[in-house]
Amino acid sequence: MTEPLLQVEGLITELGETARPLRVVDGLDLTIRSGETFALLGESGCGKSMAALSLMRLLPPGGRILSGRVRLGGTDLLHLTEAEMRSVRGGRMAMIFQEPQTSLNPVLSVGVQIAEALHVHGEGSDGRNRRRVVELLRAVGIPDPEQRADEYPHQLSGGMKQRVMIAMALAGDPGLLIADEPTTALDVTIQAQVLSLLGDLRRETGMAVLLITHDLGVVAETADRLAVMYAGQIVETATVSEFFAGPAHPYGRMLMESLPSAEKRRGRLATIPGRVPPLDRVFSGCRFADRCASVMPLCRERIPEWIGLGAGRGVRCHLWSEGEASHPGPARNAAEPESGASERPSGSVGEIGSPLLKAVDLKVHFPIQRGLFRRVVGHVRAVDGVSLDLSLGRTLALVGESGCGKTTVGKAILQLIAPTSGQVLYLGRNLAGLGHRAMRPYRKDLQIVFQDPYASMNPRMLVGDVVGEGLQALGIEWTRAVRERRVADLLELVGMDPESARRYPHEFSGGQRQRICIARALAVEPRIIVCDEPTSALDVSVQAQILNLLKDLQSRLGLAYLFITHNISVVSYLAHEVAVMYLGRVVERGGVEEILTDPRHPYTRALLSAVPVVDPEKRRVVIRLEGDMPSPSNPPRGCHFHPRCPEATSRCSEGYPPEVRLGASRYVSCLHLD
Amino acid sequence: MIAYILRRLLYAVPILIGVNLITFTLFFVVNSPDDMARMQLGEKRVSEEAVQFWKQEHGYDKPLLYNSAADGLGRVTDTIFFEKSARLFVFQFGSSDEGRDIGYDISQRMWPSLAIAVPVLLVGLAFNVSYALFIVFFRATYVDLASVVLLVAMLSISSLFYIIGGQFILGKLFHLVPISGYDTGPNAWKFLILAVIVGVVGGIGSGTRWYRTLFLEEVAKDYVRTARAKGLGERRVLFGHVLRNALIPILTGVVVVLPLLFMGSLISESFFGIPGLGSYTIDAISNQDFAIVRSMVFLGAVLYILGLILTDISYTLVDPRVRLQ
Amino acid sequence: MMPVLLWTDALVYLLLVVAILFGIHAARHEHLRTPWRRVIRSRIGVATLVVLAGYASVGLLDTVHFRLQVEHPGADSSYGPEVLSLLDLALSGLRERQEVTYSAPFATHLYVKEAIEQPDGGVVRAYPRLQHGGAHLADPEADRAGDILARALLGSIKGLLVWAGVSALALWLSGRRRGESRRETRRETWNRWRAPGLGIPWITGLSVLGGLLVVSFAAAELAAAYHILGTDKVGEDVFYQTLKSVRTGLLIGTLTTLVMLPAAILLGISAGYFRGWVDDLIQYLYTTLNSIPGVLLIAAAILMLQVYMSNHAESFSSLVERADLRLLFLCLILGVTSWTGLCRLLRGESLKLREADYVQAAQALGVGHFTLIVRHILPNLMHIVIITLVLDFSGLVLAEAVLSYVNIGVDPTMNSWGNMINGARLELARDPIVWWSLAAAFLFMFVLVLAANLFADVVRDAFDPRIRTGR
Repeated sequence: MTEPLLQVEGLITELGETARPLRVVDGLDLTIRSGETFALLGESGCGKSMAALSLMRLLPPGGRILSGRVRLGGTDLLHLTEAEMRSVRGGRMAMIFQEPQTSLNPVLSVGVQIAEALHVHGEGSDGRNRRRVVELLRAVGIPDPEQRADEYPHQLSGGMKQRVMIAMALAGDPGLLIADEPTTALDVTIQAQVLSLLGDLRRETGMAVLLITHDLGVVAETADRLAVMYAGQIVETATVSEFFAGPAHPYGRMLMESLPSAEKRRGRLATIPGRVPPLDRVFSGCRFADRCASVMPLCRERIPEWIGLGAGRGVRCHLWSEGEASHPGPARNAAEPESGASERPSGSVGEIGSPLLKAVDLKVHFPIQRGLFRRVVGHVRAVDGVSLDLSLGRTLALVGESGCGKTTVGKAILQLIAPTSGQVLYLGRNLAGLGHRAMRPYRKDLQIVFQDPYASMNPRMLVGDVVGEGLQALGIEWTRAVRERRVADLLELVGMDPESARRYPHEFSGGQRQRICIARALAVEPRIIVCDEPTSALDVSVQAQILNLLKDLQSRLGLAYLFITHNISVVSYLAHEVAVMYLGRVVERGGVEEILTDPRHPYTRALLSAVPVVDPEKRRVVIRLEGDMPSPSNPPRGCHFHPRCPEATSRCSEGYPPEVRLGASRYVSCLHLD
Repeated sequence: MIAYILRRLLYAVPILIGVNLITFTLFFVVNSPDDMARMQLGEKRVSEEAVQFWKQEHGYDKPLLYNSAADGLGRVTDTIFFEKSARLFVFQFGSSDEGRDIGYDISQRMWPSLAIAVPVLLVGLAFNVSYALFIVFFRATYVDLASVVLLVAMLSISSLFYIIGGQFILGKLFHLVPISGYDTGPNAWKFLILAVIVGVVGGIGSGTRWYRTLFLEEVAKDYVRTARAKGLGERRVLFGHVLRNALIPILTGVVVVLPLLFMGSLISESFFGIPGLGSYTIDAISNQDFAIVRSMVFLGAVLYILGLILTDISYTLVDPRVRLQ
Repeated sequence: MMPVLLWTDALVYLLLVVAILFGIHAARHEHLRTPWRRVIRSRIGVATLVVLAGYASVGLLDTVHFRLQVEHPGADSSYGPEVLSLLDLALSGLRERQEVTYSAPFATHLYVKEAIEQPDGGVVRAYPRLQHGGAHLADPEADRAGDILARALLGSIKGLLVWAGVSALALWLSGRRRGESRRETRRETWNRWRAPGLGIPWITGLSVLGGLLVVSFAAAELAAAYHILGTDKVGEDVFYQTLKSVRTGLLIGTLTTLVMLPAAILLGISAGYFRGWVDDLIQYLYTTLNSIPGVLLIAAAILMLQVYMSNHAESFSSLVERADLRLLFLCLILGVTSWTGLCRLLRGESLKLREADYVQAAQALGVGHFTLIVRHILPNLMHIVIITLVLDFSGLVLAEAVLSYVNIGVDPTMNSWGNMINGARLELARDPIVWWSLAAAFLFMFVLVLAANLFADVVRDAFDPRIRTGR
C-alpha cells in the first residue's frame, strides 16, 4: 500500500489557561488515503473542529498543540515554520467552514477573495487569475460566474457563499479538503446540492475530503470511512458500510438508536443519559462510562486501549478487550417498548372532529418603506394565506426550509406578531387582531417553546421564577408558596430535579434548558403548544430525550402540538399531520404517512429526497433543485415553486394553483397531480 | 440616494427648530432682557433709563413672542424670537452685543481654526491608525501590553497639561517656536506647529486605543480565519482584510466630526492665541456676549446634523453592504 | 457644632445609600455578583479599587459639613459663619497656616523678595522667612535636609505600623471566615493568598494599600512643619487645596451620571421597547440635545445661572451655599449633555432584547408591559449602565478642569483642580516659574483618572459578555 495522504499520530491539543487547560484533542490518530472521503463524526464539544484546526495550525488564541505528528504526503506539518506552513494552507490542504455567512470578508468581492488564494499559491498574471476565478466559480456551479465574481458576499445566498468558499479552497488545487460542518447552516435541499458538488469535485480532482460532521445521514451518504470522536478521542474507526451495519462502540450504537424515524413511532427513542464530560480533568477510566448502557466496573477503573479489529477497523472499548464480544453485540438499550404512549391510529382516517385551532387564510405582510416620505412600496409576504387545522391531542408538523415563513405562522397564531389578515380560530373564537388585554384570557391555552434553549430564558432569573412566571402573570397562583410547589411539580414532570428552581439557567445544558422551557409552557396548563424547532439546536442524543418527553406529555395531558421543523425524521417520528410550506404558503398538507410515503407536490418530493438517510436500502434518487428560494418580497408569478420545479410547464406561471382535495384531510396545491 | 438626502435634510428642520427653542428659552425666558442689561451694565444700581437704552440699542426692547402693538405680520416678526432666533435659519447672525457683524467675524475666523483642526485630524488619524496596526501586529506580546499601559496613561492626562507641557518644553525650554500668537502668510506655520503637535499628541491615548479595539474585534472574526486558511501571511491579513473592514467605523467616525472642524478647538486656540472660532467662542463666553454664543450654538447644531448626513453617505461609499433608501 | 447639609451633601448621602442597597442586591443575585467577583479577582481591579477608596474617603470626609460653635466671652454662644467639614478639621493646621504669598514646596523662605525692616531700622529687600513653613528650624540652610529626611522616615514608619496592623487584621479575618468549616492557621491563609489562582489578589491589594499609607503618613508628618506642595498667591497651602479639590472632582464624576441615569434609562428603554411614535419622539429629543455642542450648551446655561445669581444674590445665605448650588447645577447641565449617548445605547439594546425569545415567551404568558420591562429588559441592560457609569467618570473629572479653565465650571471660590490650573497658568510666564500648583493638580488628577480608567477597563471586561466569550 502506498503511503497515506495524511497521517496523524498522537495529536494532543489544549485550549485555555495553562493552569487549567482544556484538553480538547487527546491523542488523535487518523489516516486518510488520497481520493477518499473520510468523516470525523461527533456531537458538539467532542473536539472535532479543534482537531481540524490543529491540522491546519489555525487554532484560536490560547490554543496550542502539545505533541503529535501530522504528516501530509511525507512532510511533518508540526515541524514547518509558519512561512512554510502558509504555503501548505490553501495549497496542499484547504479548509471550508461551517458558517458561510461570516466566513467571507464582507467588503471584498468574491472574485477578489478567490483571486487572492490564486495569487498566494501561484504567480499567475491578473488576467489569467481572473479567467481562473471565473472557471472556479463555474466549477462550483455558480450561474453567471463572470458577473458573480464582482458581487459581494451579502448579495449571495448561504448556499452560494458556501460554493464560493469551496471555489476558494480549490484555488490552490489541494490534495486534501477539510470541510468543517460544511452544510450544517444550510437547508436540506441546499445541503444536497453542496454535498453532491463536493462528491463531484472529489471524483474530478482526486482530492481527499476530511468531512467533519455531526449528521449520521450525511456520513452515510457521502463518506467512505469514518471515525467517531467522543470527548477528545477517537472511539471507533470503520468503513461506512461496516459502521452502519453495526457500530462496534456502544456510543456509536446508541447514537444510531436515538435517531428518530417512522419505524420507531410506536415506542420511545433510545437516549444517551447525561452529557459529554468536561475536558479540563484527568480521566481514569473510559470517558463514556457514565453514559454507557453496557458499562462494566472495569470501565471506570482502566482507560480502554485502542483495539484493532483488522482492515482499518478499530475501537476503544473494554467490551472488545475480553474477547467475549468478537462481533458487534446487540444493543442493550434498544428502543424501549411502549411506555404508556398510547399511539392513536394515524393517517387520514383519524377522527375528524371539530379542530381545536384553525387558521384560515392567515397572512402576515411586513411593509417595505422607501422614498422621501417612507411610502410603502411593497410587502415582504412572510406568510401569504396559510390555512391549518389542529385537533386535540394531535401533532401538526409545519415543515419547510428557512425563510419559508413557518416561524412567523407560529408567532402569528399566538398573536406575538399581528396577522395582516385572515383568522385564527381557537374553539371558534377569532384571535386575530385581539389586543394585549383581550388576548390575555387565551394566553393560558396557547403556549410556545422556542428553538434556542440558550436564548429563550432570561439569564438573570432563577429557574423557579422562569417556570412560575406564567402562573404569576396570568394570576393563576398568587401566593408564593403554592407557586413554588407547582413549580417543583412541573420540574419533576419534565424530568428535572425540583431543586433546580433555585439555580440559574446557565448552569444547565441545552437539553435541560429545553426541559425547563417546556415546563414554563406547561405551567399554565395549555391545550396547544407551538414548538418552534425545539430540537434543532440540540445533539441527536439529547434530541431523543426531548422528543420522548414531548410524546409522553402529549399522551398524558392530551396536548396538541404545532411542531415547526425542518427535520423530516423528527416529523416521521412525532407528527400525525404534516403541512409543507414554501415561500409563505402551504403547498401540501395531510396525514403523515400519506405525505412521507407518497408526496404529491414536486417540492415535497424534492425536499424528502434531499434528506440524507442512514439506511442504504431506503435511499432515493435525490431530486436536485436548482437555485435558491426566491425572496418573499417578490414571489414569482403563478405557482411560487415553478421556477425551480422540475415538472413546471408554462401553465404554472399563469396563476397560483388552487388547493386540490385528494382525501379526507389531504390537500395539494399543484396543477400536475396526475 | 437623493431622496434619502432630501429626507434627512427635511428631518433636520424640526431639530434646528428645537435647538432654537432651547437656546431661546435659555437666553430670553430664564432671564429677562432686563436682567441681561443690568448684568452688562455692571451689576447693581443701574438706572432704569440706562437699562432701557441698552435694550433698545441691542434690539432687546421688543416683546418675546407676540407683538400686540404691531400690525399684521409684524405681530410675529417684530419680536425678539423672530429677530434674534428665527433669523438664524437663513444664517443671519446679526450683530454681537458689542456691535460687530457676527457673520463677518465667523467668515474671517474659521480659516485659522481650520488651519489647526485639519492637520491635527489628518496627522492624528495617520499616526493613530499606524500605531494601532503596529500594536495589533504584535498583539498578546509585551509590545502590546506596554503600549496599552502607555495609552491609558496618556488618556488620563488632562488636555490642559498637554498644552501647558507643550508650551513649556518646546517654547520655553528649547525656544523652538513662539509660545502663542498668530500670523498669516508664510510665517503662519511657526505659530501653528505647536498647536498641531499638542493636538496630535493629546489625541493619541484615546484614538489609538479605540482603533486597537476595532482592529482586535475584526481580527477575531471568521473571515480572518478564512484568509489564514488560504495561506495568507500576517501582513496581508492585517492590511488586506482587517484594515479594510476596520476602516469603515474609522472613516465614518472621522466624517461625523468633519463639519465641526470649523468650530475650532476652544481650549487650544485660546491658549495659543489663535484667532479662530474656538477662541471667538471663549471670548464671547467670558465677555458674556450672548449674541455670539447663540449664533455659535446654532452653527454648531447645523454642522452636527451635516456631519450625521455625511456619515450616512460615507457608509454607502465604503461599505458595500449599505444602500440608502 | 451645628451640622450643615448642603444640596450636594444630601445627594452624596443618597448616592451612598443607593450604592449600599445595590451592593446588597448584587450580593444576593448571582448574575450581578459574578462580574463583581471577577473585578475584585483581577490585580488591576484590586489595586485601583484601593486607590479610588483612598480618594473616596477624602471626599467623604469633606462632605460632612457643619458650623463650629464660637465662644463669645460673656454672651451666648453662637455658631461661626464658616461652613467647615471634617476634612477641614483634620487639616486645620494646614488651613490656618497661611503665608503672605508664593513659596516653593518645602521652602523656608518666601518666593518673592520683600522689603524687610531690619532691627536697626534699615530696609533690605530679601526673601523673608515663612511664618509657618520650616519655622521651627534655627538654621534652615543647614538643618532643613536632615529634618525633612527624619520626618519622612518617622512618617513612613508610622505608616508601616498602621499597615502592618491592617494586614494582620485582614489575615486574621480571612482565616476566620474560612475557618468556619475548618481551622486554618495564619500560615495557611498566607499560603493561600500567595498561591497563584483565582482568588482575590490580597498581596496586590495590601501592597498598594501599604504604599498609600506610607506616602500619606509621611506627607502628614512633613505637612505639619512644611508646605510640602508650596503655597499659592495668597499664601494658602497648595496641599490643602488639592485635598479639598478631591471632593469637587469626585462629585462631578459621580453626581452627573446619577442625575442623568433615570432619564437615560427610562427614555432609552421606552424608545426601544414601544417603538413607533414614542421612539420617534425620544429620538428627536436626544438628537436635538446632542446637536448642540456640549461646551456651548454648558456655557449658555452657566452664563444664565450667573446672571440669575447676580440678580438674586440675596437668596443665598453664604458663599459656600452659592458655590454648592452652582456645582449642583453644573452636574445637572453636564448630565443633560451626556445622557444622550447612554440613551441611544439602551434604545438599541432594547430594540434587540424585545425580539429575544425570552421576551416573546413572557409575552406569550401574558406578562404586562411594565413587569416585562422591569423583569426582562432592565436587568439585561444593567451591565451597559454600569459600564457607562464607570467609563464616564474619568471623562467628567477631566471635563471639570477644562470647564473651570474657561470659567464655566465650578464657582471660582470653590477648590477644584480646574481652578488651581486656571489660577496657576497666569504665573507660567513668570521667571522663575511657579510650577507647584500645576504639578500638584496634575499629580492628583492623573492618579485619580488613571486609576478610574484602569478600573473601568476591568469593569468592562468583567461585565461585557461579548468580550468575555471572545477570549
